[in-house]
Amino acid sequence: MAVAPLTDTVLRMHGIEKSFLGVRVLHGVDLDLRAGEVHALMGENGAGKSTLMKVLAGVYQADAGSIELDGRPVAFAHPLEAQQAGVSTVFQEFNLLPERTIAENVFLGREPRRRGMVDADRMNADTAALLDGLGLDSLTPDRRVRTLSVAGQQIVEIVKALSYDARIISMDEPTAALADEEVELLYRLVGTLRDRGVAILYVSHRLKEIFDLADRVTVLKDGALVDTVAIGEITSDELVRKMVGRPITSFFPDKLGGTTAGDVRLRIAGGGNDQLDGIDLEVRAGEITALAGLQGSGRTEIAHALFGVARFTRGVVELDGRPVRLRSAREAVRAGLALVTEDRKAEGLALNQSVAANARLVLDAVLGGRGTKRIPGILSSLELSSRGGDQEVRFLSGGNQQKVVLAKWLATDPAVMVLDEPTRGIDVGAKQKVYTLMRELSAWGVAILMISSELQEVIGMADRVVVLRDGRIAGELPAGSDEESVMALATGQETA
Amino acid sequence: MTATTTRPRLSRRLGSTELVYAALLGVLAIGAVLVAVRGGNLFGTANLVDMLTRSSLLGFVALGQTFVILCGSLDLSVGYVMALCSLIGATTMAGDPAKVPLGIAAVLVVAAGIGLLNGLIVSVLKVNPFIATLGMGLVIKGYLDTTYKGPAGEVPSSFQQFGYSRIGFLPVSTAVMLVAVVLGILYLRRTRTGYHMFAVGGSAEVARLSGIRTGRVVVMAHVLCAVAAGVAGLLVAARFGTGSALVYSSGYDLDSIAAVVLGGTLLMGGRGGIAGTLGGVLILAVLDTVFNILQVDPFFKDVLRGVVIIAAVAIYARRQIDRKASRPRFGNGPPPEPAPDPPVPVGQGADR
Repeated sequence: MAVAPLTDTVLRMHGIEKSFLGVRVLHGVDLDLRAGEVHALMGENGAGKSTLMKVLAGVYQADAGSIELDGRPVAFAHPLEAQQAGVSTVFQEFNLLPERTIAENVFLGREPRRRGMVDADRMNADTAALLDGLGLDSLTPDRRVRTLSVAGQQIVEIVKALSYDARIISMDEPTAALADEEVELLYRLVGTLRDRGVAILYVSHRLKEIFDLADRVTVLKDGALVDTVAIGEITSDELVRKMVGRPITSFFPDKLGGTTAGDVRLRIAGGGNDQLDGIDLEVRAGEITALAGLQGSGRTEIAHALFGVARFTRGVVELDGRPVRLRSAREAVRAGLALVTEDRKAEGLALNQSVAANARLVLDAVLGGRGTKRIPGILSSLELSSRGGDQEVRFLSGGNQQKVVLAKWLATDPAVMVLDEPTRGIDVGAKQKVYTLMRELSAWGVAILMISSELQEVIGMADRVVVLRDGRIAGELPAGSDEESVMALATGQETA
Repeated sequence: MTATTTRPRLSRRLGSTELVYAALLGVLAIGAVLVAVRGGNLFGTANLVDMLTRSSLLGFVALGQTFVILCGSLDLSVGYVMALCSLIGATTMAGDPAKVPLGIAAVLVVAAGIGLLNGLIVSVLKVNPFIATLGMGLVIKGYLDTTYKGPAGEVPSSFQQFGYSRIGFLPVSTAVMLVAVVLGILYLRRTRTGYHMFAVGGSAEVARLSGIRTGRVVVMAHVLCAVAAGVAGLLVAARFGTGSALVYSSGYDLDSIAAVVLGGTLLMGGRGGIAGTLGGVLILAVLDTVFNILQVDPFFKDVLRGVVIIAAVAIYARRQIDRKASRPRFGNGPPPEPAPDPPVPVGQGADR
């Protein structure tokens, strides 16, 4: 593989635009990659990093804009075309067959043949050579991928990319699932690849990694390019500032008069399991506590721990001062918890059942049907627009579906409501309705724990912001904090 | 390098094929003891021939079934294909030794055509394979029931040798089946299409992203499966001397799936192989022979077979359980403070 001079531009993306269902997620983004550089791609959740990466990988096709590889325009209609052109992508979800060997995965779809038969010896030898070249000779090519750790599987993806003579490898949060000692290994691999002249597009939220590894960094915000700078010319403060900071609108309703923080209703002390550690959290009546953090930081895991999906194996959970055992969702509901899940369609609703049936689901299942008389009143106070209680919820808009989910839980008269991404995928009007409802619940004394990846929502609604990082609490911020300080805690720029 | 190596537990290092043959040895041993108690010898020539003869017919069907199951598909029409092919073979041969090749060719063509249709319905029309092949089976059944009121055609005695002659204690049909099994193993382990069957069954999406034409692979598996069932139909004709529609009620469809699963192939596809299937077929044959010698009530016999199949699959399932366990971030250190109510420990994943 010829080592290209350091300033050689191998890839130039220009004016990339992409919309989904009429919502534009990329607004004319430019990006260029040079041979032998590690180019970091940063931005908040939803800034457009993944979409840009998938356009490069051929998973999505850009609506407008051009991609040039070595000065020649290319258009990848399929991930395979990108790969064959030397553009490989290591996604967080690996594209590997766990039951097959490393070599079989690396050469999948283009197994070398001799006299019409697959030449397994050559396949293994070539894979071994690639592994040796990376200094990984302890991995044998005939090992089943299933027996490898996450880091090992990542290595297989990288080896696969190299076997296609990849000149560009993009990696989507490669360290997200790695243990500390594995991160060092990945650093070493990235270094080796860079020295060989491979251009690496490195998507990560972790500032430390960016400053450790990257040569340049491109920041996206709300689907638009903010800036591309050399890493030596920027401080971490400036980088965070580029990622966040947009005008706060008066979009969020004010706290209702007479809402005061009351007693602690939910308390977690020293909560931990295999994904979380040392979680100390108090949620008070009349207060909205936000859980912020990057994807994978442990936000949803806390909700899951409370609802017995992946229980706390350490620590204590108390409701209204009484220790409770929460081994299942059933026990959690009985104890007075409600959970509006992140994935409305898969976890929140029975889509082909009626509005009425969905709204009384929890009451019927757990509380023996008590309280169903309240439901019509709740639905009308939420201003649900449907063709009546018989309508199947799959025909409702996202916002109205969310109202059905909320009604289902409000009917149980919960003490603590956990809202995981309560406004994801719903329109502006419905969002405001949800926010107003949260304020009302808060005024009635319901303790609210809101999990959100939208910083604006966190800032606009929360009385307290608890920021998570890598399964631990990174710090707590009062109401009125700015996006930058939340981001700084979430990315580990500083510890409060 | 500890970062990338995780040592599998001892029980996990035993491959599933080895496990199948260990189970076969176990069944043989237990069977031999039970038979010996009754004063018999399981390994006497008559009993050996019985076991091997039983395994040949199911062997062909299960061999074919392995291909489709590996691809994540299924074929419930094999019993009807067998019946149809026995009739086509016998009526084409019509007692004339010169027409044997023609009869064989006709069977292979018809079987391949049915397999092609099955495969296209599954891969192009995206009909669930369970429904697609069940429907195909019903179509064939309807044709058989209206066209053939009883046995039809005649197999010349030269071809009946395929059903009856033996080399020592090894029936010729079993020998042919074993050759087919070896060819099948080579096909899966040495050809690209064979490799791609594992890929399609393991993850159709990964296969597609790797440039594999998944539809073709599925069609190929169905063709091979139907052809294998067609050969089983020829064997039926050779044994009976005539074609018989009633074979379809002998349960070869479900038995073949049971043999495949017993052989360690995942019903969802992507993992397994023909060597294991042969083990599964032999286990079922040994069980049947032993039940016969012991004169077990036929209904109770089915109960026992059912229990064996469920038990085997339960064991495989246990071996799979911790594969999906999430990767722990914490859990090595001691708990910071013990909970007053000791919580039920959660599996920490086997990988660390």
